[in-house]
Amino acid sequence: MNRPSWRRLLATVAPGAFWLVVFSLLPTLLILYASFLQRGPHGWLSGPLTLANYARFFGISSSGFDPLYLNILGRSFLLGVVTTVAVVLLGYPFAFFIARSRHKNLLLLLVVLPFWTNFLIRVYAWIVIFQRRGVINAFLSYLHLPTLHLYPSWTAVYVGTIYTYLPFLILPLYASVEKVDWTLLEAAYDLGAGRVRGFWHAVFPQTLPGLVAGVLLVFIPALGTFVISDLLGAGKAILIGNVIQQQFGGSRDWAFGSAAAFVLMALVLLGLWLYARRAGESGMGELL
Amino acid sequence: MSGRRLLTLHGVLVLLFLYLPIAVIVVLSFNASKYGVQWHGFTLKWYAALLGHARIHGYVTNSLIIATSSTLIATILGTLLALGIHRYRFFGRGGLLFLLYVPVVIPDIVMGVSLLLFFAWAQNYLRALHLGLGTVIVAHVTFQIAYVTLVVKSRLAGLDPSLEEAAADLGATSWRRFWKVTFPLVWPGIAAAALLAFTLSLDDFVITFFTAGPGSTTLPIYIYSSVKRGVTPEVHAVSTLMILVTTLALLGVQRASNRR
Repeated sequence: MNRPSWRRLLATVAPGAFWLVVFSLLPTLLILYASFLQRGPHGWLSGPLTLANYARFFGISSSGFDPLYLNILGRSFLLGVVTTVAVVLLGYPFAFFIARSRHKNLLLLLVVLPFWTNFLIRVYAWIVIFQRRGVINAFLSYLHLPTLHLYPSWTAVYVGTIYTYLPFLILPLYASVEKVDWTLLEAAYDLGAGRVRGFWHAVFPQTLPGLVAGVLLVFIPALGTFVISDLLGAGKAILIGNVIQQQFGGSRDWAFGSAAAFVLMALVLLGLWLYARRAGESGMGELL
Repeated sequence: MSGRRLLTLHGVLVLLFLYLPIAVIVVLSFNASKYGVQWHGFTLKWYAALLGHARIHGYVTNSLIIATSSTLIATILGTLLALGIHRYRFFGRGGLLFLLYVPVVIPDIVMGVSLLLFFAWAQNYLRALHLGLGTVIVAHVTFQIAYVTLVVKSRLAGLDPSLEEAAADLGATSWRRFWKVTFPLVWPGIAAAALLAFTLSLDDFVITFFTAGPGSTTLPIYIYSSVKRGVTPEVHAVSTLMILVTTLALLGVQRASNRR
């Protein structure tokens, strides 16, 4: 590693660093600043600085405690947690299925293809499956069974979220599973471990880096989603992402929207900071 | 049932789950019925309708203009960044790495609204950056740079440093060393990064949604507004074509990487 001359450093790092400072750091600081402003007369922002947006978000007002937005945040958390658990239950065995199959490349391609298929198409497809005269109800009435109300609903939002983020877990997890050293499992068996104990102590720890990366890649976007709840919940399923979108869209209270966005970002960065402290730079690299 | 069989059964069920929605869309795009999922016979009329649908052509053009220009800018900036970060230790390197990871890890919507706020601010105070194709391109470059840099950086990390040292010992200038030694070795990484950036741009909805103005509607934005308004069967045809393009691109990438 060289000590750089200023000219070389300017030629390589400066343009990209400038871009990131102007279009990534500055907008983030603006969100923080705007979250302390108020809604102005024409829907724009105006001073003076205030804590009112955060007070409103956390439900603190002169008339008492109103957990409206905290409940919404809680619902987003619940969606994130349930999605993550479901995706791990579906994806963890599947990564082993790929790794132990003779058709690895084909199976990987089959996971990557939905991953690269446009996100909106995949979400929309679930509307077609769940709607009143959709695929499931058509099938049920063909069997002369009563039809179900599945769209719009929270069920649809959950299925759509799990579906959308399943490949995000499988791909990094597979990278870890593929590298598993199976001789450790044989050694565990030789030492008298049962199947469960052998797996838990000899194999599971080896898959942990991929599992943690996958869990973060699922949990964070699930926490911030607004498209899935917007489309599959049809306006009835409100998550933190929908609150932010409404404030920057129809309601046009950018100050409050900024506060909500900043809370979401702070939570994510806090979680990542805790992760990075344990995993370091190489661990962050696993996220790709 | 043996463990192995259970694993296979589970695998097949997961694959069915992954492909059910895609199959539904593809099948519907050939369905003669305009409404509902009842099969009314095979047709290609929705594809024919696409050919005459001038507005959709505009959306495709917008998507391609945005993806091409943002990929070009992000690939150049990201490759240079990766080179600098890989070669040099300097003040602020850690901060720069952090800035690189932020767009990868924060939820899309936060990045979308912060860029919207930034563009509105610039419009109000600098009379610049009106929402349109330009702002979407800027927004896309901002998240693409991170991916490009990280992919190229990992490729650089896999290089044998003695090659560059040998070139230096033989008297090559640093510029020559880059073009004759480093660049040919890193080239596949740069190409892969550019392809990733291009696909991310074509696929993006959330960030485009917040940074697009009138006249910069992309294909994903069009699909979103169609779903909100009530879908016409043409959307199924567009989606099927997009799935087909993705499949062909992926097969192409796989063949190229197998050959290497």
